[in-house]
Amino acid sequence: MPIRPLALLPALALMLAGPLQAAPDPTDWNAVLDEARGQTVYWYAWAGEERTNDYIQWTADRVAEDFDIELVHVKLSDTAEAVSRVLAEKQAGNDDRGNVDMIWINGENFATMKANDLLFGPWSEQLPHYPLTDPENTPAVRYDWTIPVDGLESPWSSSQVVFYYDTALVDAHPRSMTELLDWAHDNPGEFTYARVPNFLGNAFITQALLELAEESEILYANMQEADFDEITAPLWAFLDELHPLLWRGGRAFPANSSELRRLMGDSEISLALSFSTTEASGAIANLELPDSVRSYVHDHGMIGNMSFMAIPYNAQHKAGAMVVANFLLSPEAQAHKQDPRVWGSNTVLSVETLDEADRARFDGIDLGIATLSPDELGEVLGQPHPTWVDALAEAWQARYVGR
Amino acid sequence: MLRLAPWLIISLLVGPILAGLAMAVLPAFGYLPALGGEAASLAPWQALFAQPGLARSVAISFASGLVTTAISLAVVLLFLAGASGSRLDRWIRRMISPLLSIPHAAAAFGLAFLIAPSGLLARLVSPELTGWERPPDALVVNDPWGLALMAGLIIKEIPFLLLMSLAALHQLDAERRVAMARSLGYRPAIAWLKVVVPSLYPLIRLPVFAVIAYASSVVDVAMILGPTLPPTLAVSILTWFNDPDLSRRFMASAGALLQFGVTAAALASWWGLECLVRRLGRGWVTGGQRRRGERVLRLAGKALILLAAGTALVGIAGLALNSLAGFWRFPDALPQAFTWQHWQRALPSLGGPVTATLMIATVSTLLALGLSLAALENEQRSGRHPAQGRLTSALTLLYLPLIVPQIAFLFGLVVVMEALGTRPTTWLVIFGHLLFVLPYVFLSLSEAYRRFDPRWTRVALTLGATPNGAFWRVRLPMLLAPLLTAMAVGLAVSIGQYLPTLLLGAGRVTTVTTEAVALAAGGNRRLIGVWALVQASLPLVGFLIAVGLPRLLWSNRRGMRGTP
Repeated sequence: MPIRPLALLPALALMLAGPLQAAPDPTDWNAVLDEARGQTVYWYAWAGEERTNDYIQWTADRVAEDFDIELVHVKLSDTAEAVSRVLAEKQAGNDDRGNVDMIWINGENFATMKANDLLFGPWSEQLPHYPLTDPENTPAVRYDWTIPVDGLESPWSSSQVVFYYDTALVDAHPRSMTELLDWAHDNPGEFTYARVPNFLGNAFITQALLELAEESEILYANMQEADFDEITAPLWAFLDELHPLLWRGGRAFPANSSELRRLMGDSEISLALSFSTTEASGAIANLELPDSVRSYVHDHGMIGNMSFMAIPYNAQHKAGAMVVANFLLSPEAQAHKQDPRVWGSNTVLSVETLDEADRARFDGIDLGIATLSPDELGEVLGQPHPTWVDALAEAWQARYVGR
Repeated sequence: MLRLAPWLIISLLVGPILAGLAMAVLPAFGYLPALGGEAASLAPWQALFAQPGLARSVAISFASGLVTTAISLAVVLLFLAGASGSRLDRWIRRMISPLLSIPHAAAAFGLAFLIAPSGLLARLVSPELTGWERPPDALVVNDPWGLALMAGLIIKEIPFLLLMSLAALHQLDAERRVAMARSLGYRPAIAWLKVVVPSLYPLIRLPVFAVIAYASSVVDVAMILGPTLPPTLAVSILTWFNDPDLSRRFMASAGALLQFGVTAAALASWWGLECLVRRLGRGWVTGGQRRRGERVLRLAGKALILLAAGTALVGIAGLALNSLAGFWRFPDALPQAFTWQHWQRALPSLGGPVTATLMIATVSTLLALGLSLAALENEQRSGRHPAQGRLTSALTLLYLPLIVPQIAFLFGLVVVMEALGTRPTTWLVIFGHLLFVLPYVFLSLSEAYRRFDPRWTRVALTLGATPNGAFWRVRLPMLLAPLLTAMAVGLAVSIGQYLPTLLLGAGRVTTVTTEAVALAAGGNRRLIGVWALVQASLPLVGFLIAVGLPRLLWSNRRGMRGTP
């Protein structure tokens, strides 16, 4: 590379400025694009699904082509590993050359990082593609589990809990938690959920509480210790009765959604749940589930949420991370992601408000035989406040672990 | 220069472990400034002891350390006593390397698929013999008593203890002892147990301790086969370290120290058991009984090892079948269709991790080999011979990385490395692997090195060779076979490392093992089959080279081929 003395000046200025290197300003998008060119972005993302990994690889190829960014997927088995890493760096005083450039995150991990000042921003609302999510009319983009996003993370995927069952083994599926209990009485050992505090396990008990609690409004605010016992009493009565009727009599639970899916594939159970509306269709295509599996939702509505991209406060390649996050929000990337043959993860864009060409990208997608249409998915219930979910998970463990 | 080698080894091994442990102690007592922990307190311990099911977690970890070791050791000793010289003996000896090269996680997955109610065994006999159209609702894998966990550990620890015993047996001249006892009328297996075991055990004592420590603190096998409500202590600690609620880091550090204590307690109990067995066994050894139990012992020795080796191999075969399986409904004995789809999907992403794995394994093994050779050559030239098996010798420090639970010091080590400003790079991962590769390489090499007939060197020196010349041109070529075996062991150890790779590489360095465990979180048995086979085949290549190369190079010198 020929050395051009003038080009070195900004770099020199930065060196003189020392560790307080100026963070990229997302309002000046061209400057961000310039700075991002040639950067290597380390994206810390959960890697338990091959289809997710393949999609991330596709993204890496695309951003290399369009923006000259090398995107490296750092594969995690638990998102909190990335949070740990940033924390260890802060502990060691590494405030400006962190290893983690971008994290796939939501809920409790976001709440933790936000509360501990581990995030960079605000930046996400200035991304060129952000308005496509129609933020004014989509609260899910602005609140992550009721915690204000405040521009600290950029939306990526939306998901909703669905149940799925094997029509070859089950005649009529339940339509509510109360019916599920009756069904379990008639079919003991045929259902189970993921072990709390796995996110799917938490989602199941939260969903049960939303359906069973007298009043669910209170669950969307910071939890007050005094309310906990009264509000959650119907949940524990329900679970105490349900557990002996579960797979293995509730003495063991699968670790996560994929293990739950494997139990369905081995026909150990005939009813399960997932945080992805296309899970069943994808698994049928992947030869993991029989093609007699179908999805359904409860009449009450089902919990849904969004997952996001966040940039740690000490990330070394913030500009590159912003460019990648913006690409992930593009109609091209979002439509590719929604295709069940690719991944089948729902878009966060407001498809109706897109221009015609972009809308066509979504209209052409075949959602698969076991996927419910947007109308059939019914009402989406918001995630309760993280303090409630934490307290529920802890109470669950105190009650059912080590018995 | 050579004189520095032992000190270099000791500081390389001891320094990082002590530093890592220290960084676990501070947060355990409330000191972690980045999270606002500025003053010493006992709160982390109170939180730890308030955890539901903690007593049970501790009990399972403790028990699995002792039970796994006792059964593995018993099977190995019975086999050696009852089967030496038979065809089974030769077959098992040939199988040691392949069995050792199966990664723990892969063996655990294989076992889980074999014994689960919807697993391979149930599928083979259903519905014809059992009448099961659906899998029975029986808690076999993940049972609350940890039996499946112990079984999974036993099938992996048997080959390790067997390898260590075979190496030690060379020193004992077991055949002559047995021949002597037989001339006094003792039946072969009884004779072996009475005259060989009492001298053999002290030589394999440290490997036995390493097995106890490993079995009481293992993470990956316990996640796959162990109990879940609650899991073992080591698994719980990992979840606390990974909890989104950062204040749990304090409690996790206290847990790491508790794990250290549990492992130490298991070792102490074993030491107590040793005393008990020594006292009770003395009467049996000197009692003069010559034949009672001979047939049972022989039969047990053969049957148990066959069961263990067979389980491991069938388990792997089950995984191989899965990697080619289309949809496979219970109770079909075979998948409805076979497909290359899973391999085709995985192949494009295999290249990078395989290269990284081989690079890290090769460099760390070569470093370990160089250090071990330097230390051993120094020992020879200075004429000192360390006492083996005795706990007080400096050699014991070599076992430190194998006896201190990984989970107790690795998290602390990451903080230390961060504080030193070291960037997580491939080099840091190599350094982390060296902690575990070095002891194994040293241990598998030292035996052959010390047994090397000193007269060869003396002849070379009298013919005018310098000490260095004698080392390079006489000793090394003659030790080619054990050198290659030590390298193969080193490669296998490095390839299997999960926590050190993940933590020191900041997740940026991906090896076959980190990929496999990350995918295991996804639970897709077909993909796990693909990755587990790749993971198992890499070390196997090393062992094949170790056996094949000397035969090729020394095809005209039978004594140099190093066949055991």
